[in-house]
Amino acid sequence: MENYMKVIVFTLKGQRFGVDVQQVISIEKIQEITKVPRTSEFIKGVINLRGETIPIVDLKERLEIEQTESSPNNRFLIVQVEDVQVGLIVDSATDVLDINTDAIQPAPKMIGGVQEVFLQGVAKLESELLIMLDLGRVLDLEQTNEIKEIIE
Amino acid sequence: MDTNQYIEVFLDESREHLQSVNDNLLKLEKQPEELTIVSEIFRSAHTLKGMAATMGFEDVASLTHQMENVLDKIRNGELVVTTEVIDVTFSAIEALEEMVESISNGNDGKKDVTELVSKLEKIENGSSTHELHESTPSKTSDTLFEMDEYQSTIISQAAEQGYQVVQITVQLNDDCILKAARAYMVFEKLENKGEIVQTIPSVEEIEEGNFEQDFSLLMVTKETNTDIEKVIHSVSEINQVEVSEFTLEKANNNEKQESKPESVTPDTNTEAPQGKQKQSKTIRVNLERIDNLMNLFEEVVIDRSRLEDLAQKLKEPELTETIENMTRVTEDMQGLMLSMRMVPVEQVFNRFPRMVRGLAKELEKEINLEITGADTELDRTVIDEIGDPLVHLIRNSLDHGVESPAKRRESGKPEEGNVSLRAFHSGNHVFIEIEDDGAGINRDKVEAKAIENGLLSAEHSEVLSDEEIYQLIFSSGFSTADQISDISGRGVGLDVVRSKIESLGGNIIVESEPGKGSKFSIQLPLTLSILSTLLVNVQDEIYAVPLSAIVETMLLDETQIMSVQGQKVIDFRGKVVPIVSLREIFDVPRQDESKEENAVVIIHKGDKMAGLLVDSFIGQKEVVLKSLGNYLRDVFAISGATILGDGQVSLIIDPNALVK
Repeated sequence: MENYMKVIVFTLKGQRFGVDVQQVISIEKIQEITKVPRTSEFIKGVINLRGETIPIVDLKERLEIEQTESSPNNRFLIVQVEDVQVGLIVDSATDVLDINTDAIQPAPKMIGGVQEVFLQGVAKLESELLIMLDLGRVLDLEQTNEIKEIIE
Repeated sequence: MDTNQYIEVFLDESREHLQSVNDNLLKLEKQPEELTIVSEIFRSAHTLKGMAATMGFEDVASLTHQMENVLDKIRNGELVVTTEVIDVTFSAIEALEEMVESISNGNDGKKDVTELVSKLEKIENGSSTHELHESTPSKTSDTLFEMDEYQSTIISQAAEQGYQVVQITVQLNDDCILKAARAYMVFEKLENKGEIVQTIPSVEEIEEGNFEQDFSLLMVTKETNTDIEKVIHSVSEINQVEVSEFTLEKANNNEKQESKPESVTPDTNTEAPQGKQKQSKTIRVNLERIDNLMNLFEEVVIDRSRLEDLAQKLKEPELTETIENMTRVTEDMQGLMLSMRMVPVEQVFNRFPRMVRGLAKELEKEINLEITGADTELDRTVIDEIGDPLVHLIRNSLDHGVESPAKRRESGKPEEGNVSLRAFHSGNHVFIEIEDDGAGINRDKVEAKAIENGLLSAEHSEVLSDEEIYQLIFSSGFSTADQISDISGRGVGLDVVRSKIESLGGNIIVESEPGKGSKFSIQLPLTLSILSTLLVNVQDEIYAVPLSAIVETMLLDETQIMSVQGQKVIDFRGKVVPIVSLREIFDVPRQDESKEENAVVIIHKGDKMAGLLVDSFIGQKEVVLKSLGNYLRDVFAISGATILGDGQVSLIIDPNALVK
């Protein structure tokens, strides 16, 4: 059993991605976002989630994937990495899968249009390849030197 | 015995006792003759020793025990209070504090106290060792029996009825093991012969064996002195017995000797019972619970604004009325809840007298610290954070502010420097001021240093006012002390102080007059979590501006806006105030071209002002401050977010960042 992990599967522009279920707090319907000025482009703002303010990141923009039309299937994937809670905008959240960790292999340089730094690996499933995201890297603001501009 | 459940009580009480010893030692140093203070210290030390022994913290007990011995000597007039005595006692107190802290952190509170114990022993034995042995009899007959009214009545009545009152001092053998048992046997024998009126130490203490080799007692009897001596000697392990006649005059004499201290005693006596009464009405509540309550209450405040919104839409008079009432009640609740979190700033100020004393010694300066407003209350979270910055500022005043006695004499000032620490409320803020009558800040030095460190250009420095120059000392990497001392001068200080205070939502300014001294003023908000704001509209966005920073709001005509070197300004009551458009600063997309920005919120930071250009004002609102979370730190000009009645998140503007 130890070799299996539960993974939440979501889509971005048709491509299926996976994140460890341990890191996902909840999946929420899209609601109105309050913009926060002078932050990185991919930070869309903050939302009120049951009395707490949660910053929202547009995952497609963060991973430099082309935008798609918004649809009623769009969701906020609320994730937690260490002490940081963030909501990610995804096209849709589809299933929960059990994946054999042995099936996860290191990612090639570029896959599904996503840079290697953001990837944990690729899981080879029976009928598809599931890209596993490294959320720590995705949320690390310094990773791509996208440090917010602070104008004194 | 399972002592775990008492540990909290033990810790709290130990801290209280240590603090009281601390305060009294400082008093004692100023009035070394005042024996009531010694007794006060003795009492605290004694209780502490008892508690520590019960709880099994032996090092604490043994150190306090030795301290007690020294104090006892002082109390009995065998030892004179010298600076050395005070110093050693202080270091003992410091060690005790450390041990108590270590216990509170879950450790065993063990510490090597042998050095301190031997130092205390040295003091105890030092000057008076031989004297002690020779003068034992005379000393014991001097033992002070403090009479209360009841006891003196008994004695005078006994005398009238032909009884004699004797004072007996019993000294046990040095190697006596069962001291308490021997004492008990003495008591038992004596009880057949007469009535024991008073004992020193108290009966309970004697029964617990809490005494050195000797104890004294006062009894009313018909037996002769020699008979009594014989009776006592029939108990084994008795070294020496001394019986002497005791008269009320003698006691009165003693009282007269003590009459000076007596004038102080009533105070403490009347205070003590009051303190107890108060105590019975308070309970200790874990801070966490209060925090939880506060969090729940914040939810209520959010829901309340939601209801207010609804009521406005529905326009049902009954609903509106109910909600208005609820608003009043919740406002009262909020006040209560905040007051529960308020703690007197005394908690922080307490440790300063000793610190100043120590520092003054180290720096060889004479300094008098004056504290006022220690009962001013502040939010618990602020109290927890403000200690270090204050320590730093006080050190700074002592080190850089107050001059050496010689220098002070030269400039015609009294040798003793004055540092005053003040706390007071004003409006929605608490002010803490630290003022010294030292040399003041040297503008030229600050200027030179700032230029040297690249904080300032030489040309620019000429335009700046003294005030502006002084504020530079809060910049990072700044220190004007010529010599680097242990106490300050590492230059990491004042900027840390400033950022700490700003993180608490406060600010700090410094005023100074060369030759006369300097004053640091810290302004702190009363509370951190709920604040009054003005909600404003900018296009589709709603922002909240803290009311505390707002000077005035006004509506502008396009014509009133002037331009000075590309900067928009207005004339506000004869002052030129720069205008900042929130829409431009926050880059809010312009969706509705027709919306005119003609409303201005004038905000201030210290005495500088700026005008924020917004579309319209919405109204005043109490909001709950929420952080933006760890992901979004240091967002420019935003101090947090809040949730409005309709569930929308609104950002709270940090006015400090917008005023330059």
